[in-house]
Amino acid sequence: MNLDSLTQSSGEWLRGTGPDSDIVISSRIRLARNLAAFPFTNRASSYQKAEIEALLRDRIARLDLEPKLEYIHLPSLSPLDRQFLVERQLISRELAASEGPRGVAVTPHETRSIMVNEEDHLRLQVMRSGFALDEAWQDIDRLDDLLEQRVSYAFSEEFGYLTACPTNVGTGMRASVMLHLPALVWTKQIEKVFRALQKINLAVRGLYGEGSRASGDFYQISNQVTLGKSETTILNEIREVIPQIISYERQARAAMMRESRQLLHDRVSRAFGTLCSATMMTSEETMDLLSSVRLGVNLRLIEDVNIVTVNTLFIHTQPAHLQKLMGEQLDSEERNAARARYLRTRLREAGAHPN
Amino acid sequence: MKCQLCSNPATVHLTKIVEQKKKELHLCERCAEQQQLVQQKELSLPAILQTLIGQHVGPWTDELARLACPACGIKYMEFRAEGRLGCPHDYAVFRVGLEPLLQRIHRAGRHVGKAPRRRPRSAAAEAEVLELKRQLRAAVEAERYEEAARLRDLLREKEAADEPG
Repeated sequence: MNLDSLTQSSGEWLRGTGPDSDIVISSRIRLARNLAAFPFTNRASSYQKAEIEALLRDRIARLDLEPKLEYIHLPSLSPLDRQFLVERQLISRELAASEGPRGVAVTPHETRSIMVNEEDHLRLQVMRSGFALDEAWQDIDRLDDLLEQRVSYAFSEEFGYLTACPTNVGTGMRASVMLHLPALVWTKQIEKVFRALQKINLAVRGLYGEGSRASGDFYQISNQVTLGKSETTILNEIREVIPQIISYERQARAAMMRESRQLLHDRVSRAFGTLCSATMMTSEETMDLLSSVRLGVNLRLIEDVNIVTVNTLFIHTQPAHLQKLMGEQLDSEERNAARARYLRTRLREAGAHPN
Repeated sequence: MKCQLCSNPATVHLTKIVEQKKKELHLCERCAEQQQLVQQKELSLPAILQTLIGQHVGPWTDELARLACPACGIKYMEFRAEGRLGCPHDYAVFRVGLEPLLQRIHRAGRHVGKAPRRRPRSAAAEAEVLELKRQLRAAVEAERYEEAARLRDLLREKEAADEPG
């Protein structure tokens, strides 16, 4: 696959369409699967890993599925390109950083991907823009069925799909919904939401899986339990809780508009102004400011830029994306200058007229 | 400087002012933690998992400590240290240690949900494969390569029978 062709787009998860897409960024489901005949990846020799990769690569290529998945052999990619795939959420940090034969198969629109030789031999992933867990499940269920016809999964009646880590055994499924929750963060109610979710065994992580402070006010809500509950039950539990969080976020936004509209407008406009005129910009600050702008656009406080542009900027200003767009390797200071320049240009193109 | 509670080197130094009297405290990391004066290391999933794996095996600890998987060779103690199993057979081999752990993580012990359409091997066939893998490991370790090659081919045949093309 030519990664440069991906550079121009923002990928499925930031497409910015789908139900409730002002708050719900994307829905994602992952399935962990292993081959019955081999040791798990961490225990496999490099010879065995090569065998596993060759076998799976062949079976994936022969899947009766359109569009075809294209296989990327990770050891032959540069560290920059691997980081690029991490930023697009096509591979995990772990897969990017590990060693030996491993890779990822991806469809052109990045809705489906399959990691090979991650912690488990297979990690299937399906991504949808907006709140669309059902669609994502139907798609990944079918992908799993098709693969199952061509390989022998490690499965036991008692423990389900067997995984390297006991935290994934059973369904092997991790379903998550990514939300943009700036108003709950600003009004300091986000902690309350976390505690409530933890009580019902749902995990909350940041955009790239980080624990505490989420970059750009993006949060991923996902299931923790994989054993003893069916896929349908797990998906229902998540599906039930998301509309509540959406409604809290909407209430917080409405309260801010009612009670402190001027303050909010000022904050959003300052964020926009900074993005349009700064000459050095870190990735972290960019995420923060873009989060404010995204909220401003959704509340119609800013009308010079559309949501698709803002979504694209979130991903294009990540370190590896930026370097690929600029066509050269940059150190961190050069990146900050290039990032600021890129933001100014793109926002100007989009018709921004900062006051 | 030594810790005031034990004799380890003191690394945590604290000055308290209580009722306008200055009080100094010099402790080692462990005692300071026990006194809840310093934050414990950030909780990480592997760390939590390792603590969980360590607990709840009670009377089986000795037996588990000696246990190793005949197929992949991983010892239960290695699983304890790393938090990752070595191969699919481990779920049966380490069952005694895993059952309480799974209860603790998932509050459940039995899978509910999707299953592959092709049924997994029978327990007898599974045991046979496991035995062959044990013999293969032994042959490789003893450098009996001809036997190892024969066993490997036999295993390939068995596993190819349920490995569709």
